[in-house]
Amino acid sequence: MSTVTTEQVEAVVVKALEEFGADAGDITRDATFETLDIDSLDLAELAQIVEEEFGVELKSDDIKSIKTVGSAIDLVAARA
Amino acid sequence: MPPEAAIALVTGGSRGIGAATARALAAGGWPVALTYRSGEDAARAVVAEIEGAGGRAAALDLDVTDVAATEAILDRATAALGGPVLCLVNNAGVRADDLALSITDEAWDTVLDTNLSSVFRLTRGALRPMIRARHGRIVNLASVVGPRANAGQANYAAAKAGLIGLTKTVAVEVARRGVTVNAVAPGLIATDMTADVDEGQLGAIPARRPGRPEEVAAAIAFLASDAASYITGSTLFVDGGLAA
Repeated sequence: MSTVTTEQVEAVVVKALEEFGADAGDITRDATFETLDIDSLDLAELAQIVEEEFGVELKSDDIKSIKTVGSAIDLVAARA
Repeated sequence: MPPEAAIALVTGGSRGIGAATARALAAGGWPVALTYRSGEDAARAVVAEIEGAGGRAAALDLDVTDVAATEAILDRATAALGGPVLCLVNNAGVRADDLALSITDEAWDTVLDTNLSSVFRLTRGALRPMIRARHGRIVNLASVVGPRANAGQANYAAAKAGLIGLTKTVAVEVARRGVTVNAVAPGLIATDMTADVDEGQLGAIPARRPGRPEEVAAAIAFLASDAASYITGSTLFVDGGLAA
């Protein structure tokens, strides 16, 4: 089984956030979803995307706990 | 025309409004999976009719109160017709009428579970692919009962009023993903469900006649169409003026 790298997760997460309307230049590890105007619907869809790509399930409590781009990437990478 | 490969799922599609809706959606180009609980022969007859007219359809057994079966039905529909469910018509419903003084817990639970909770569960399941596809149509069969009182139907009224509330809130949650969620509120429609309704009630209907299932199906098919893409969170009354 191949190992999923943090870089791979980051690429998928960043691509999704751009699709949701976030400005590419604003998407940094420290950026909060709030400042990127990423809301709960976007995060619910992000959870679906990471499940499809990496088989990682993010439950509602997980989604509520991640506030920054970096924390989302790290959580998914840790479970992949 | 529906999005490429997309299919529709109509619960309670073996007869009445559900069967008419399956036919109307198929005529509009949707491959239609219709569910039945006990009317297998009738459901298969609807499928045969749709296929005879050049459409595609499948009949799937489903008790909407069976949680596991409800969770599986979307995948079963996709397996049968080869595409994601991007149109969901929550039509299956039951009545168990009595005065509120006399409604049993079972009569209350059955009506709420079938008419409201199952709609929530099916909606929750259908929203995921609709959101990803950036296209979805959910149409919930509400009723004039709910917004208006009807003695002897406290459980039905509660479920249908609740359905309208569910419709509105889900609609605003997902609107920006191209998913519309609306309700159709039929009045007195000539189906098996109303076969026992007293003809004397017709006097209260401005149109002075019961509605036909096809008249409700036409409203549902409209809401499922591209033409209704800016309509969401609405309730379309098909009632001959009853609730006006």
